[in-house]
Amino acid sequence: MTRAVLAAPRPRIRAAVDPADPGPGTRAAKITFRGMGFSYPGRRALSGVTLDIPDKRVTAIIGPSGCGKSTLIKSINRIAEIGTEVKVEGEVRLDDQDLYGPGVDLVDLRRRVGMLFQKPNPFPKSIYENVAFGPRIHGTGGGAELEAIVERSLRQAALWDEVSERMRTPAMELSGGQQQRLCLARVLAVDPDVILMDEPCSALDPISTARIEELIEELRERYTVVIVTHNMQQAARVSDRTVFLLNGSLVEVGETETIFTNPTDRRTEDYITGRFG
Amino acid sequence: MRRAVLEQIALGILRGTAWAILGATAFLLGSIALGGAGVITWEFLTAEPTEGMTHGGIFPAIFGTICITLFMIGMALPLGVCAAIYMVEYAGRSSLARVIRASVNNLAGIPSIVFGLFGVGFFVLFVGRSIDRVRGGEMLFGQPAMLWAAATLAALVLPVIIVSTAEALNAVPRSHREAAFALGATRWQTVSRVVLPQARAGILTGSILSVSRGAGETAPILFTGCAYFLPRLPVAHLTIPFTGLSVPMVNPLDQFMELSYHIFIMATQSTDAAVTRPIQYGTTLVLVGLTFLLNLSAIWLRARYRRRLVAS
Repeated sequence: MTRAVLAAPRPRIRAAVDPADPGPGTRAAKITFRGMGFSYPGRRALSGVTLDIPDKRVTAIIGPSGCGKSTLIKSINRIAEIGTEVKVEGEVRLDDQDLYGPGVDLVDLRRRVGMLFQKPNPFPKSIYENVAFGPRIHGTGGGAELEAIVERSLRQAALWDEVSERMRTPAMELSGGQQQRLCLARVLAVDPDVILMDEPCSALDPISTARIEELIEELRERYTVVIVTHNMQQAARVSDRTVFLLNGSLVEVGETETIFTNPTDRRTEDYITGRFG
Repeated sequence: MRRAVLEQIALGILRGTAWAILGATAFLLGSIALGGAGVITWEFLTAEPTEGMTHGGIFPAIFGTICITLFMIGMALPLGVCAAIYMVEYAGRSSLARVIRASVNNLAGIPSIVFGLFGVGFFVLFVGRSIDRVRGGEMLFGQPAMLWAAATLAALVLPVIIVSTAEALNAVPRSHREAAFALGATRWQTVSRVVLPQARAGILTGSILSVSRGAGETAPILFTGCAYFLPRLPVAHLTIPFTGLSVPMVNPLDQFMELSYHIFIMATQSTDAAVTRPIQYGTTLVLVGLTFLLNLSAIWLRARYRRRLVAS
């Protein structure tokens, strides 16, 4: 039953495993949650989450709608609190810095933690201006340096060849998949350590989805990637570790391989085999 | 069968009302145009009234209307736009924001004559007289003047500008703000680089439309600065220091003539109503024409920005 889930339409592309590497579970944690709880006015989204997200690995967060997946990743770059009032308990740390402690510089935090959203959301500016937006607001690079950053970011997002001839055309003229890769280039241009992805393929067709997944494979060499997904196969294909959330609590976390073939918790198995959710 | 009949009736009523509105507008504009067209000559537009305002032109009123509209824009636009940006982008959903929003909406519903009385009481008698008292010497600020009339008009159109600006800001997708914040933009960077460029067309058109509405108001300026008849333009000669040059400048502390008020006194207090009837028509046509020009510029701006937004 659980095997069927792994029969993904595309073979898994995996970097060769370094035998000296003790495995992602024991790597240094980039982000740590300790007894973390998160509440919106009149609604509790997360409680008692304790979790380590390893450095330079892809961590997938799965769970049914409303389980707190989005809140969990949006608590890392503190986007969840925009336009509302929230209460946070416990600790969230990035490189040992308490993200909800006093004196946290949100601008610096969000420069280090980039984010890709559910629907591609390029600005109604030119392709070039979209990618240059981050470096411009942070005052990094001008002139030739800025152009180099833009080119490098677009190449990293595998979009350069498609747009290099029309950098001044509106980003809105790109297809949905191209727009999402443009948004990724926009994130990469500010040179983050962590990239959060909130169901980045839910608005894309299968081919565009495959391209984003290939990119995620490449990103894991340099970035810590945390991806929320509704799609079991996608979690199985792209992630090293999988976190299963249910009703705002963490149910199980482990190697993706293990979670999908041999989950310890009954609820995890029910969810990934499609018995609910 | 019954459904088809109902469909016809509904269509008939809806189409009828649309035509009725169109007809009323056409009748109104048509009668103004017919009555006024014959009166409008170069002299009418450029001369001042003569012979107890039964002859001559209306130039001082045109001049006054344009001046006061510009002053009003200068005061109301920055204030209104800044207030709206604070309300939408900064105050968010706090209880303070709710109070501000409610008072802005209530302000928009206050009759214009109340603004007129407020203008005398607050701007002329309180602000103006206070300045005079501090300055000492002769009375300069504490009397009806273009400055106070413009301020009163600005207060009148302010809530409308705030509401239309807030609408334009709210029309910018939330996802664009989120994207900017997630890239580490501060609130002001998000507002100035992402939100305002998209909202600019809406802000400008909304503001111009509310300004053109205010430009034709009579009640707010009734007691605050417009004159029944003024034999001179509200212009003072300003001497530039050290050069000895003298430049004519609009004097905001002077009184002024204004088109809508001119129509009002022509219609109610004329020495010879039969003789001034054409002048009323002509003045009305000029006022409607000026307002129409303002609206036209709003439409032009909107089209221009829409093209630019798509192209950039």
